[in-house]
Amino acid sequence: MTIAETVRTRIGAPAFGGPQLLGPFVRFGLAIGAAIAVFSVVLLLDGTNPLDTVQLMWDASVGTEFGRNEVLVKLIPFGLCALAVAVPARVGLINVGGEGQFYIGAWAAAGAILYSGAPGPALIPLALVAGALGGGAWAGIVALLRVKGGVNEAISSLLLNFVAIQFVNYFVYGPWKDPSGPNWPFSAKFPGSAMLPVVWGDRVTLAIVFVAVGLVAMFLVLRYTRIGYEARVVGGNPLAAERSGIPVARYLFLAMVVGGAIAGIAGMAEVTGIQGRLRPGISVNYGYIGFLAAWLGGHRPLGILLAALLFGAISVGGDSLQLGLDLPGSTVNILMALILFAVLAGRKNRTGVGA
Amino acid sequence: MSFVTSVSTGAIRAGTSVMYASLGEVIAQRAGIINLGVEGCMLAGALAGYIVTAETGSPYAGIVAAFVAGGLLATVHAFLVVTRGANQLASGLALMFLGLGLTAFFGRPYVNDQITPLRDYPVPMLSEIPYFGPVLFDHDPLTYAVFPLAGALWWFVFRSRWGVMLRAVGESTESAFAAGLHPARIQYAAVAFGGALAGLGGAQISLAYTATWVENLTNGRGFIAVALVIFAMWNPLRAMAGALLFGGAVALQLQLQARGVGVSPFLLDMTPYLLTIIVLLAWAQRGQDAFPAGLNKVFRGTG
Repeated sequence: MTIAETVRTRIGAPAFGGPQLLGPFVRFGLAIGAAIAVFSVVLLLDGTNPLDTVQLMWDASVGTEFGRNEVLVKLIPFGLCALAVAVPARVGLINVGGEGQFYIGAWAAAGAILYSGAPGPALIPLALVAGALGGGAWAGIVALLRVKGGVNEAISSLLLNFVAIQFVNYFVYGPWKDPSGPNWPFSAKFPGSAMLPVVWGDRVTLAIVFVAVGLVAMFLVLRYTRIGYEARVVGGNPLAAERSGIPVARYLFLAMVVGGAIAGIAGMAEVTGIQGRLRPGISVNYGYIGFLAAWLGGHRPLGILLAALLFGAISVGGDSLQLGLDLPGSTVNILMALILFAVLAGRKNRTGVGA
Repeated sequence: MSFVTSVSTGAIRAGTSVMYASLGEVIAQRAGIINLGVEGCMLAGALAGYIVTAETGSPYAGIVAAFVAGGLLATVHAFLVVTRGANQLASGLALMFLGLGLTAFFGRPYVNDQITPLRDYPVPMLSEIPYFGPVLFDHDPLTYAVFPLAGALWWFVFRSRWGVMLRAVGESTESAFAAGLHPARIQYAAVAFGGALAGLGGAQISLAYTATWVENLTNGRGFIAVALVIFAMWNPLRAMAGALLFGGAVALQLQLQARGVGVSPFLLDMTPYLLTIIVLLAWAQRGQDAFPAGLNKVFRGTG
């Protein structure tokens, strides 16, 4: 599928050729432009020069090689957390629980590394499996509640985020606290053999391959396999799927668990690629930013990649604002939100009565 | 103060902000709109209230500002989901990020600032009653106001003509439209009012409870409020009770810590969320009668 096709199907424009092909790109560009314009007004209201700010963000993210590598570093959690939303979305499930699945994946990976007693070379594969199982199991609670209990998955997955964060806190403040360190809520430091190797630049780890594999696998499965086809039928019309003999409940369950496993791998990649230990606050809203990126990217692999790169660049730009202009790092949350608003407002989603 | 008195007083002090936010969210969801951005509205209210109080010296001007700011931010959500038909969960989460970002940005000169806080006004005579006095009658005006508000909203939702209209829209915009109502107007009003109340909840924190401003001051209370609305099955009085339970858990934790009792604070922090999930499960088994049917739309696929 070409970029144009992806963007077109995402925005729901008719599949005409010619000048219309440009339409989605123009609209998408306009949405980003509008978001930057509103962001600039916000900055101006405070007397901050928007040109300096945007220039600084650009230079820090896409303008230099170091910055571009940092964007790839952010692509790892953002891309994986967006996939964790997009996979369940294909069968019609809304996973707002990426944040919690990320934490539990990180917790399981840390547990495997610190307490399994496995030899050095086995640690990374073990942590990967543990992270996937942890995140998958956490999402499995949501899936069970939905399939067996009839509990809405959007709400239960959101609620479990807060439980997961406290669960991890319990361990790092309690049983897993580093006995040799100062009295901080950190687990012990991982051995070097448990750290993901850097494959690009100074900080881009092997986990970038996980992102690539995930995106390509999603594309191939959706496009070429029976599973992908049936999943789309379930997502499009569960009743019709049920009648034609597709095991709907099994698809719902599996899609949610796979989504959770991907978020769990993101958590594993964070502790074994960046942090080197388990500690509170390992995710800076990664699960939620992934949710926004998945929506921005229309739950499609290429869209997700572009959206995660865009948010990655904004996020790296945000870090530079802290250092360069003494602005809070979360200032760029404004820009992320505005971009999603602009794209959501630009899509015509439904003709509501009286709306 | 005795242990029970301290925990009860603390429950009310800590529960008030969440109570405002969940009462507001009850109204919005009764109109069929879920706003996950309550957290953002609370932050907007907290900061707007703080800034106006710092600049004018009057916390009452701050309360008005908080009400307006929360309402305005929620109107963005209303525009997206009502007028543009955007997915409510995506728009709501984006609203949370917008509120977080805006308040971090505009709030930075006010970190470590001093304001005239909204002070406690003990009710003469009543506050001297042993036990009950200090628990119930020694609070700031926002706290006093929230209990009658909960009662008034219950009456509004279940007993007034307006409440019937609100619930009709929440059940089905199509039928409400056919019955001659203006669903879009009602939904806008409900979402904006919900955000405005969340703003008051934020102001109760920044003007009275902590009387300070820091980035991300509300620290997840907006999400607790969303959870409580479901826990309360869209009933304002139950939302009030739920918020008090949450406040009680917070107060209990502080008191236990102060007395050196070893109960895991993390376990206590999980409780409101776990309780809500259990309530959801029990309620799903019973057949979802309290659920505003219009909310089904939100959860029906991914738009």
